[in-house]
Amino acid sequence: MLEIKDLTVEVEGKEIIRDLNLNIERGAVHVLFGPNGCGKTTLLMAILGFPNYKVKKGSITFRGVDITDLPTNERVKLGMGMSFQHPPEIRGVKLGDMVNIARGRKEEKIDEDVIELGKRLNISVDFLNRDVNLGFSGGEVKRSEILQMLAQSPEFIMLDEPDSGVDVENIELIGDIINELMDRNKMPSKRERAGLIITHLGFILRYINADRAHVMLDGRIACTGMLDEVTKHVMEEGFERCVELCGGKGV
Amino acid sequence: MSKKEIIEQAEHAKTKKAALGEDVDIEKYTTGTKNYDALNSLDEFPEEYKQSLLDAGIEPSGKERAGSFLQRDRSVVFSKVKYKGLELMSTTDAMAKYDWLEDYLWKAIPVDMDKYTANVELDQSHGYFIRSEAGSKVTMPVQACLFITSDKVRQNVHNIIIAEENSELHIITGCSVYHAVNSALHLGISEFYVKKGAKITFTMIHNWGGGIEVRPRSAMVIEDDGVFISNYILMTPVKSLQMYPTAYCVGRNARATFQSIVYASGDTKIDLGSRAVLQGEGSRSEIISRVIATDNAKVVARGDVIGEAENVKGHIECRGLMLSDNAEVDSIPELKATLKELDLSHEAAVGKIAEEEIQYLMARGLSEEEATSVIIRGFLNVDITGLPDALAKETKKMFDMSLEKVM
Ligand SMILES: Nc1ncnc2c1ncn2[C@@H]1O[C@H](COP(=O)(O)OP(=O)(O)O)[C@@H](O)[C@H]1O
Ligand SMILES: [Mg+2]
Repeated sequence: MLEIKDLTVEVEGKEIIRDLNLNIERGAVHVLFGPNGCGKTTLLMAILGFPNYKVKKGSITFRGVDITDLPTNERVKLGMGMSFQHPPEIRGVKLGDMVNIARGRKEEKIDEDVIELGKRLNISVDFLNRDVNLGFSGGEVKRSEILQMLAQSPEFIMLDEPDSGVDVENIELIGDIINELMDRNKMPSKRERAGLIITHLGFILRYINADRAHVMLDGRIACTGMLDEVTKHVMEEGFERCVELCGGKGV
Repeated sequence: MSKKEIIEQAEHAKTKKAALGEDVDIEKYTTGTKNYDALNSLDEFPEEYKQSLLDAGIEPSGKERAGSFLQRDRSVVFSKVKYKGLELMSTTDAMAKYDWLEDYLWKAIPVDMDKYTANVELDQSHGYFIRSEAGSKVTMPVQACLFITSDKVRQNVHNIIIAEENSELHIITGCSVYHAVNSALHLGISEFYVKKGAKITFTMIHNWGGGIEVRPRSAMVIEDDGVFISNYILMTPVKSLQMYPTAYCVGRNARATFQSIVYASGDTKIDLGSRAVLQGEGSRSEIISRVIATDNAKVVARGDVIGEAENVKGHIECRGLMLSDNAEVDSIPELKATLKELDLSHEAAVGKIAEEEIQYLMARGLSEEEATSVIIRGFLNVDITGLPDALAKETKKMFDMSLEKVM
């Protein structure tokens, strides 16, 4: 579904991602580990096509279309979506408005459908009426992002640290919805959707079953393997040691 | 002050330049315009003008309005009220009817404030008188429209608005100009009196044109527990507009709120402020403005709160959004306190649309243009509080409509 070849990405004149290769098949969910600042968010932004993240080399193909030079909204139309780690505040634009926008509807009303979606994430009508991200707590930001993904329902979802700052009661809720959005509740042969999840601490992995995991170090994928093995090494011995163990290839 | 003294003072101030705004050559504009006959109903108003009324929030059918007042150039052509407890007529008629009205004329605004106030006194062309009787609470708004249809006309109105004790009065006022008019001058004096426990909401839409000069002079006197709420919307170009409405919260717990939404485009020059003078113990004011400047527009956005009594509270929030490198916004908030037991604050910010916000919206599927429009809409979207539900909806509709036109 997503195929990244030899990708080099520059941000503000600085090379952040180097010669990166990644393949995500339809029906698969991959996890991306890596220390702070290694370039995980940069990779997602480049896949989404944000203009500050300049592709210097390589290509990104999504559902058979070379999207390397497409504007963000065209990529979204092809079926990708992203839950942001640090989304911006927009004054006067309510979370409910964002939900309508994500659903592709022009309507300005926060109607029953929006309210129903909100309920699934423990989000009240009052909260839907708040300016998006303005004064949201860390956990509220995540629930708001997942709500927008639920509304958008993309075929390929990227989640940038969906678990950081989320309290115990809500993490399970978020996990359930992510499973649904990524077809994880279906038989493997019936899975149509795919995803890429960045998680720093791995909390969310208790609730989501993913297929493969990668460790990113310094802008490259340094280690790739089955989720359980990689997770085990990362959690028990740290990123560097995990990479050492896998010798820069598979675990 | 006797009428004679008022005229004397006005004569003295005939050439007195205003403290703010560029000087307007009043004599360029004529007072010798045609008089128009009164209409039996608003429906009789010529079809070609109806869109201009709608653009200023005026409902030509008079539906869902407690009363309607329409002044064309220098003639009052319609004035009728449907509900008990409300009075609506031209200021001229009101002055003939009520001797006591002289106690309200030039009481909130000095006649010799500048040459514009002086000129309205010396050469007045009506204006409206609206009064709600003590205890009357009509939630349906009264509409008043000051409409310019002739080139070079000078419209000099003096409006008096009185909410008697414990009454509630809601007004929609639209100032509009027919699109074929190339130049005109509007001078408007508005004196508001909010008596004990009374409430006035005043929603004003300005729909001028690129050749119109505008110098309103407004002041409000608010007594104990009185509430005054102003919502001002300007979305269309204007040649030059300067105003600085001032609310005097003289009573205990008096409240004044000003919300202004301005989209300045073309060669528009605006100097727009709101001032609250907190003289009554525990009185409060809130001044909120949203200004968008594009093309070559120049906007000065002022806010001023003067705290002169104990436990008063005032806040100014002024935000500007720049859409062009040739536009200019000056944001000037001022606070003045004369004693220690009070709380005055302001926040001001001027900037451009953040790329990050556009990209975030594009990540939800919008094109760059759609994203920009959503952000602008959001920026101008101030939740109007204090209006009856139906009027709040109506105001939102008017706002959306005028935004539709500029975007
Ligand atoms: N907008 C930006 N401007 C400058 N440097 C950036 C920007 N975004 C990211 N970086 C830099 O790129 C590197 C990778 O950042 P990021 O992708 O956010 O890491 P991660 O998500 O893995 O923590 C960091 O060194 C960071 O400082
Ligand atoms: Mg990150």
